[in-house]
Amino acid sequence: MGWFDKLKTGLKKTKDILNTDVRDVFKPGEILDEEKLERFFADLIRTDMGVKAATAIVDELRTKHLGRTIVLDELWETIRGKLKDILTGDGETEWEIENPMSPINMAEEGPTVLLVTGVNGVGKTTSIAKLANYMHQNGKKVVLAAADTFRAAAVEQLTMWSQRIGCEIVTKESGVDPAAVAHAACQLAKEINADIVIIDTAGRLQTQTNLMDQLGKIVRVVEKQIPGAPHESLLVLDATTGQNGISQASNFSSYANCTGIVLSKLDGSAKGGIVVPIRQEMGIPVKFVGLGEQIDDFQVFNPALFVDALFDRGDVA
Amino acid sequence: MFESITKNLNEAFSAFRIGGKLTEKNIRDGLQQVRQALLEADVSYDVTKEFIDKVAEEAVGDKVLKSLDPTEQVVGIVYQELVNLMGPVDHSLAIKRNDVSVIMMVGLQGSGKTTTCGKLARLLKEQGHRPLLVAADLQRPAAIEQLRVIGEQIGVPVYSEDPKTSSPLKVCQNGVKQAKKTGDADIVILDTAGRLHVDDELMAELEAIDRKVRPDQALLVCDAMTGQDAVNSAKTFNEALEIDGVILSKMDGDTRGGAALSVKQVTGVPIKFIGVGEQLDRLEEFHPDRMASRIMGGGDLQTLMEKA
Ligand SMILES: Nc1nc2c(ncn2[C@@H]2O[C@H](COP(=O)(O)OP(=O)(O)OP(=O)(O)O)[C@@H](O)[C@H]2O)c(=O)[nH]1
Ligand SMILES: Nc1nc2c(ncn2[C@@H]2O[C@H](COP(=O)(O)OP(=O)(O)OP(=O)(O)O)[C@@H](O)[C@H]2O)c(=O)[nH]1
Ligand SMILES: [Mg+2]
Ligand SMILES: [Mg+2]
Repeated sequence: MGWFDKLKTGLKKTKDILNTDVRDVFKPGEILDEEKLERFFADLIRTDMGVKAATAIVDELRTKHLGRTIVLDELWETIRGKLKDILTGDGETEWEIENPMSPINMAEEGPTVLLVTGVNGVGKTTSIAKLANYMHQNGKKVVLAAADTFRAAAVEQLTMWSQRIGCEIVTKESGVDPAAVAHAACQLAKEINADIVIIDTAGRLQTQTNLMDQLGKIVRVVEKQIPGAPHESLLVLDATTGQNGISQASNFSSYANCTGIVLSKLDGSAKGGIVVPIRQEMGIPVKFVGLGEQIDDFQVFNPALFVDALFDRGDVA
Repeated sequence: MFESITKNLNEAFSAFRIGGKLTEKNIRDGLQQVRQALLEADVSYDVTKEFIDKVAEEAVGDKVLKSLDPTEQVVGIVYQELVNLMGPVDHSLAIKRNDVSVIMMVGLQGSGKTTTCGKLARLLKEQGHRPLLVAADLQRPAAIEQLRVIGEQIGVPVYSEDPKTSSPLKVCQNGVKQAKKTGDADIVILDTAGRLHVDDELMAELEAIDRKVRPDQALLVCDAMTGQDAVNSAKTFNEALEIDGVILSKMDGDTRGGAALSVKQVTGVPIKFIGVGEQLDRLEEFHPDRMASRIMGGGDLQTLMEKA
């Protein structure tokens, strides 16, 4: 099942609650009035994109179409155009939707290091397994660094994944400095000529400055080991996250310089709209999406499909 | 003290301070600021809308229109209404006196169920109970191991079975059976696997456990950082299981936690505890007044309430 279908299955089941179809609000032939705009504002808010972004879109609709007869395609143009602009960004190379490696900034030579961070329970470890599996399947030599030495059985969890995948893993006993694990993984990667190092980190809230400093330390340590590392700093965001996602993105960025977002748990009914203001305000693009707990429930982010899914446009699929 | 709301309301009302008269329309316009603050705190759209309508009714009364500081009056009303909606407090866990009580922890993936099982076991143990943790998550890699480590940390036994040959229902039934037979435990806490509310198959599995094990308490663990979707998942879990209480996890960050209001509103189920850290002693009782002030932007409201 493609990811748009997966999103839609999730959405369909909650349709009676959600009522998100653009066509329910904007009936062709009727006049666009304030009441309809307010209903659409509500739909936008329900995606978690926040008041600012929702207001911007509604304002654009108001300016262009208020008081006029509704032509669905024209409204849709305006909405989709605005959102896609935000999510695609300008002047950037577009990645290939079919190639999960394409959004990753690979090292010119030597191992490429990926640092994966995020608040507690968002799906870091699982996303790493998915990413590692894909790379491994495509002939890359992967080393995992079990640098979550804090949470109960976090190391065992990543170890089980590494066994299923059949890739290398570096672990140390619990309580050890996570930077030491990252260091050891980089060293092993150089020794065995690995292509990729992926560092799992403990979940932490962005307000815990001592733990955030720890991320800075990991960055400095791997940088010393491998020039240019970490080549990617991926922040995992749970699609159900509300407005706190903005605080997560901005704080993690200032400690770990995030270069991309993994939007996990998009197989639920949450829309993940929080990535809209994050893209808009901080310029961090979504690179991957997580669509389930299994190892292949993972895809490259597709802005066009994402925007369609935000509004559950039944006729797009 | 509710800085953003207060500031915005002050701005909205300022024009009418200088000689002008405050009208109903001014108040309604001012309430737009409150609406925005609630939405930014992740209170669901529908709950916000209903809330604002209710507050508007109250706020256009004489008291506010004639008061010297309408901003304070309005903020006071908003605060009081929030407290009313999230209350009354109920921290009870329906523990039986002479029999084994069963508590089942449910929720979305990664919400904090396993950690909260440990926190609750620790709390109950402190109160003199003898809890048993049951590892009913056979799905997530190392979920059993995680509960084992937690059990060790707090000195509470963990019941588990080989995930290859058992099922979640069996583990729960056998865990409860063992507690009853040996008499070693008086409270059994079931740690279930995380699941999406739209996953019919896994929801059915949970319903089967609920039907056959008949827990005394089904507690929904909800991540305090959840956005607008909180209402959908809470509603579905409640329809399937008749949830007895909600535990709001990860409140130790800077989230406003508007999901609390939404979940309480759509399910009517009381919020019993909040999780305020990863450590197993980080569980607190829920207080609607603190939550109300947090949703509105934080700070101590006492002074304001005295004036209003
Ligand atoms: N439905 C769904 N569940 C997911 C997805 N990604 C991860 N999960 C589940 O979410 C839960 C948490 O995932 P983890 O990978 O352990 O999250 P984490 O961020 O590493 O957690 P901590 O290390 O404790 O902070 C697990 O039950 C995963 O199976 C996804 O895309 N969809
Ligand atoms: N900061 C903070 N972290 C918490 C809190 N409660 C749980 N966590 C963390 O959140 C993450 C997920 O917690 P778990 O207890 O594994 O969540 P779960 O619901 O059992 O996850 P699954 O079984 O995979 O669905 C872990 O990193 C916990 O340490 C809390 O109150 N505050
Ligand atoms: Mg992890
Ligand atoms: Mg668990």
